Amino acid sequence: MDDIANQSPPPDSPIEVGQPSAQGAAAGASAAPSAASRPAPTGIWRFVRRLLLSEYFILYLMIVYFIILVPLLPTLSRPQNLANLLSNTWPLLAVAVGQTFVLIIAGIDLSQGSVMALTSVIGAAIFATAASPDVLSNSPLWGIVITENGGLLSGNPLSVPVGVAVMFGVAALIGLFNGTAVARFNMPAFMVTLVGMIFFSAFAIFLTQSENIRNLPEAYIQLGKGDIVSLYFGEQAESQIPRRQIYSFLTYPMVIAVGLAVTAHFMLSRTVFGRQVYAIGMNRQAAEISGIPVRRVITLVFMFSAFCAAVGAILFSARLEAGRPTLGAGTALLDIIGATVIGGTSLFGGKGKVLWTFFGVLFFVLLSNTLNLMNLPSTQIDMVKGGVIVGAALLDVLRNRLLSREGT
Amino acid sequence: MGDALLELKQISKTFFGVKALDDINLTIQRGRVLGLIGENGAGKSTLMNIIGGVVQPDAGSQLVFDGQPYAPKKPAEAAAAGIAFIHQELNLFTNLTIAENIFLEDFPRRRFGPLSMIDRRALRNQTRDLLMSIDLDLSPDALIDDLSPGHRQLVEIAKALHVDAQLIIFDEPTTSLTARETRHLFEIIERLRADGKTMVYISHILGDVLQMADDIAVLRDGKLVGSDTHDAFDINRMIALMIGRDLAQLFPSHTHTPSAEVVLNVANVSEPGIVKDVSFHLHGGEVLGLFGLMGSGRTELARIIFGLDRFSSGEIHIRGQRLDHNSPIKSIRNGTAFVTENRREEGLMMEATIVDNVGLLSLNDHARTSLRVVDQSALVQDVRQIAGALHLKSGEITTSPAKSLSGGNQQKTVIGKWLMSDPAIFILDEPTRGVDVGAKHEIYSIINQLAADGNSVLMISSELDELIGMCDRILVMNQGEICGEFHGRSYDEEAILRAAFRESGGEMTLDQPHNGQGGSHNG
Repeated sequence: MDDIANQSPPPDSPIEVGQPSAQGAAAGASAAPSAASRPAPTGIWRFVRRLLLSEYFILYLMIVYFIILVPLLPTLSRPQNLANLLSNTWPLLAVAVGQTFVLIIAGIDLSQGSVMALTSVIGAAIFATAASPDVLSNSPLWGIVITENGGLLSGNPLSVPVGVAVMFGVAALIGLFNGTAVARFNMPAFMVTLVGMIFFSAFAIFLTQSENIRNLPEAYIQLGKGDIVSLYFGEQAESQIPRRQIYSFLTYPMVIAVGLAVTAHFMLSRTVFGRQVYAIGMNRQAAEISGIPVRRVITLVFMFSAFCAAVGAILFSARLEAGRPTLGAGTALLDIIGATVIGGTSLFGGKGKVLWTFFGVLFFVLLSNTLNLMNLPSTQIDMVKGGVIVGAALLDVLRNRLLSREGT
Repeated sequence: MGDALLELKQISKTFFGVKALDDINLTIQRGRVLGLIGENGAGKSTLMNIIGGVVQPDAGSQLVFDGQPYAPKKPAEAAAAGIAFIHQELNLFTNLTIAENIFLEDFPRRRFGPLSMIDRRALRNQTRDLLMSIDLDLSPDALIDDLSPGHRQLVEIAKALHVDAQLIIFDEPTTSLTARETRHLFEIIERLRADGKTMVYISHILGDVLQMADDIAVLRDGKLVGSDTHDAFDINRMIALMIGRDLAQLFPSHTHTPSAEVVLNVANVSEPGIVKDVSFHLHGGEVLGLFGLMGSGRTELARIIFGLDRFSSGEIHIRGQRLDHNSPIKSIRNGTAFVTENRREEGLMMEATIVDNVGLLSLNDHARTSLRVVDQSALVQDVRQIAGALHLKSGEITTSPAKSLSGGNQQKTVIGKWLMSDPAIFILDEPTRGVDVGAKHEIYSIINQLAADGNSVLMISSELDELIGMCDRILVMNQGEICGEFHGRSYDEEAILRAAFRESGGEMTLDQPHNGQGGSHNG
């Protein structure tokens, strides 16, 4: 409809009164894609438009970026770097999956980083196998939960399952708090989760007096860095292969994160719950009148977001081999929300996919990795990341404009 | 007499190849009130927008204002020429005071050394004089925010008087006014007429137009189909000209007869400030009309019945079962459907596909296994069936978004969504708002079919004609109360309007509690 209308503007000129420059611009062979090229889209322009509108755009962009940089940064394509790149992907993916759900209901969850910090500390306080009084004796937990013999259930064979269950429980409670405040009391998600972010990360720091809790049990550490299948490239000359020549291929964090992402993707795209999540994001009033339990769904979404943050906390802290109260602090939130938005999930709600988030996370990790390989200082890395997020937001606007121009 | 203030000659306006206005020739006489009527989409707004400089007419159109050629390029030029608009959506700054709004462009000043200061005292005095002239007893320093819609409208009139507007155009001025405010407005208009002001009065309320206007012009489909002094018109002629055919043709013939069964029983429902002691029955197979002006509480009542809003006293029964702590979820379970008056904001997900929109209510019916996986192919099949039954004109239903549909088809999509949950009670709030005449006819047919199938319909509308054409009974609401009930096929249109405005005599002829529709039993 719109297209036809645009191609054949009404014969009478008075309509154009507001735009005195219209005739000049249209006549000139300027590259302005808006007016000049719409009536007869050339092959290239049509191709670019299709590329921009493709939901795999960010994947294509990533591949191009990778191919361009490989000759410039030879380390980039080395197996060790690729293994490292992937291992950075999984914890971020787990957390970003939760953020995707929240963004789709037109919310935002700023508290995910603090959930990671708090749950990693609480988990460690349960299953740490030893603790040094020099480090932790100032902690309010010292002598009650943590002693020189480690955490509450130190040495108990069930310490890790119980600890992980408690971590999920704490996360679910925080999510319940966020969700209730947003859904029942109609508080803005930004406010509620900002308060959560400040409060829970401060609480985590208070619990350990900003020390890390080390000496985590081997079973837990496996969750963050354990290999299931590893690769060795080279001759089997020696009986002992040096550890640094073995490259992780299939790891526990990968299985956990991908499993979570696949489940979430299924939930979002196939189940009634997923449809309800989209409906709320697109039009909350219509959803409510159509009998969707809006408050329950919103609460569940925030709980799921916190749960995903706890999964991310497990993957991160197991890899770091420490319960860390500053986990998820600093620019971690930028990574989480940035990666989700770059994937194409809209901050305005109603639009997003777990698969997109996966692409976004991959791109973000690749970007960080290449910037690191260029030996840029971290300040500049953050500046570039910020710029890329602005670019992603602009891209979203551009895509929407293209879509509405096509009139669908 | 015969002195033209504004002459419209051969006014045409084409939007994307569609003629919104087609060769309009109309003269507005100085010192008279012109009533302008026509259905939605007839071209009234376009015509007013041309006079107001909001849009420009096609080449060849000519306007002559006060003897001078007149071609406003923007609203400010129209204002400068002496044309004032009193709109439905008011153009006041709600964060400023009455005085500041009226004098926004020419504050009285006084010198203070090198500075030019606003003369607050003069401002206040001049404003008070203006307000006095229209019997508005308000402080010049009152914030617009604190005023009722009626008072705001009068402030707009004061502003028009202040700039000494030669032509004042009232566009649906009474829609958000109470009966008393409306009366006050009419008195002011009478006084302005006596002072020799020229006015255009646009309204859907034909009785008002007949009462207020000296001349009446009727637009239909962009053409001027009638223009004469007000003696030449009565309500029936106005309607016939507006719709271009008899009512009987617009409204499909009734094929339903209400049963004796009371399906919905609303008893003494009150909520302070919203509705007051509302009682009525809705029978099986009945189309019950609910007429009222905007702000009369009709939409609020519908929201209460559907469980979206609370009520403090009274009872609602559905098929004899009392509703407690009602919610949309429970209402849907009870077989109630609610097509809201605002489909963009409350009915549709504009970005989502037709399947997603229509399927929204019945997701659980299409869920398999304990994981509640949606059976997409079954859902699409069911939606396709409903879309076919409703004659939905759209692209592929699995990919076309709701926003790509015309107004009428969007409304059908909303209706289809509710049909999927197989309800028996339909609350339809302004079901034909923003829908063209052809689609209106189709929606009326759907409503008739619903009733013929034994469903009950509560039809809310501010277009009295369609209620008269469609309903077995009409209830009239005014200020949160039901103030009239009318039966049968031959409605007294004026009596209904009187009740809606609650003028004298409204209730005495209408007081017919429990009707002859059959033995109604309370649940």
